[in-house]
Amino acid sequence: MFYQESGQFSTRYRQDGRALRLWQQRAALWALLALAFGLLPFIGNDYWFSAILIPFLVLSLAGLGLNLLTGYAGQLSLGSAAFMAVGAFASYKLQFLLPGLPLLLSFVAGGVVAAAVGVVFGLPSLRIKGFYLLVSTLAAQFFVEWLLTKFAWFSNGNESGVITAPPLLVAGHDFGSPAGRYLLTLSVVLPLFVLAANLVRSSLGRNWMAVRDMDTAAAVIGIPILRTKLLAFAISSFILGVAGSLWAFTYLGTVEPHGFDLSRSFQVLFIIILGGMGSILGNFLGAAFIVLLPIVLSILSGSLLSGVLPAGQLENLQKIIFGVLIILFLIKEPDGLARLWQGWRARARLWPLRF
Amino acid sequence: MSETVAPLLSLAHISLSFKGVKAVTDIGFDVAEGEICALIGPNGAGKSSLLNVINGVYQPQQGEIRFAGRSRRAMQPHEAAVAGIARTFQNIALFKGMSVLDNILTGRNLASRSSWLEQAFRLGRAVADEEAQRAVAEEVIAFLRLQAWRHTPVGQLPYGLQKRVELGRALAARPRLLLLDEPMAGMNREEKREMSQFIREVNQVFGTTIVLIEHDIGVVMELSDHVVVLDYGRKIGDGEPEAVRALPEVIAAYLGQQRH
Repeated sequence: MFYQESGQFSTRYRQDGRALRLWQQRAALWALLALAFGLLPFIGNDYWFSAILIPFLVLSLAGLGLNLLTGYAGQLSLGSAAFMAVGAFASYKLQFLLPGLPLLLSFVAGGVVAAAVGVVFGLPSLRIKGFYLLVSTLAAQFFVEWLLTKFAWFSNGNESGVITAPPLLVAGHDFGSPAGRYLLTLSVVLPLFVLAANLVRSSLGRNWMAVRDMDTAAAVIGIPILRTKLLAFAISSFILGVAGSLWAFTYLGTVEPHGFDLSRSFQVLFIIILGGMGSILGNFLGAAFIVLLPIVLSILSGSLLSGVLPAGQLENLQKIIFGVLIILFLIKEPDGLARLWQGWRARARLWPLRF
Repeated sequence: MSETVAPLLSLAHISLSFKGVKAVTDIGFDVAEGEICALIGPNGAGKSSLLNVINGVYQPQQGEIRFAGRSRRAMQPHEAAVAGIARTFQNIALFKGMSVLDNILTGRNLASRSSWLEQAFRLGRAVADEEAQRAVAEEVIAFLRLQAWRHTPVGQLPYGLQKRVELGRALAARPRLLLLDEPMAGMNREEKREMSQFIREVNQVFGTTIVLIEHDIGVVMELSDHVVVLDYGRKIGDGEPEAVRALPEVIAAYLGQQRH
């Protein structure tokens, strides 16, 4: 093993409650942050920023939003894309209605509107559970998409509901370049991850998991079920709303309601299933998997099979391989990549001994 | 037991039925502050139903529940928890995906004073609050000798330990009244002795009033100050263990009617 954890004991409850208990873990995190903020903006190229890093970060954030609701609070949802759409369109509309509204504040405001919508669609969760709840969140998905397409007011008169991001100005600086959009996305995503990591280790996070694992027992020990579930919907939708704003503003620049359709909701769901339910790290891993695997597959198939098969069939083949890989992976490790990483770490601690 | 002190818990004329099937019929009894009261009776006598009435999981059709000086038609689970009633379940109802420590900490949820926003930003009352809850949880862990499994997910623990963790979660709330639904079911002699020890210590050290359901008559006689016997949803005996054991109705319920 390349690092020692022996001799590192928690002597205070505060130390024991840390998310990263070993100094090596914390050092690795700081190194990663230095890399992401200090090095990548200078060495990355436009393709890396626009096609890989920005969608990776935004999808990680969307995964986090759904993971709080499904992985931690145990409420199934297929309405993630709807809450992303609400966030995106609310940010856009508020920018228009309140000229001079700072960009970051409009992200937050978009998240707040999404949270309110999330609470409304979360109300059925008080009566129904599991798959039935999943179906009722589908209502959110179809309703929001229909609403944003039907009424041009939301997109300031555009007949097909397309919105275009305003200039990305923060405190007078233009973040419109690919590197700038990457930095802006990173600076919005990371603080939200920190807040979420704090929440899941606090009293509210424990209440969520208690409701997830056994809600009758949770009620008996005095956890307010209604409040706990609705807070999960609100906070989850807030994060999804901010992710939606970023998707529209920093990733695509131009987006229509159909960009937030059911397949986007499924994509977010796959991220948390692949990454790991009830894991903060899992959202990054799942998003990386979803973003990178198609790219790797297309590069591989492009270089290996470009002359052998026609382009259309090649694309289908990629989709088939992508699907098969997901199935194989879930058979091998149903608890997701975060679990795989944990298991690998546990083995590495003992290496080269077996027990 | 002196007659002048009002009982901590007093049930009067409780009747509970499910779609016409009577589970409990016109039952009333008192539990004095600081005693260990055992509910016994054959299977289906209505013991668990009665516990569920006390902490609000079931609402009886008739009757009155008086707890700590306040009279209620029926309890609600949340209301019962706030009033200081904690319980364990017959089939362990732990939060399987969480560690021992987190399970016990959930028992402190009513004592938590910080808002979720403070918790998200680790500001204001959140940090001190978390440490205060942790300190209480650690006391419970030390009391039940669960230190070695603090960070173990409860799903991985053996049955006997899970029962102990569930007791810990109930104790973490510092309840006035503790309801234990078959705390020793499925345990061997050694584990039963250990659990009895814990129950007695809880009663003596913290002064917690305890109502428990148990089938092992030996344990009941040894542990309890007061025994209430149910049969077919009716009360057939109520009093000190030795006196109750001698009642002909009780003997009949347990051993069958004597032929004449």
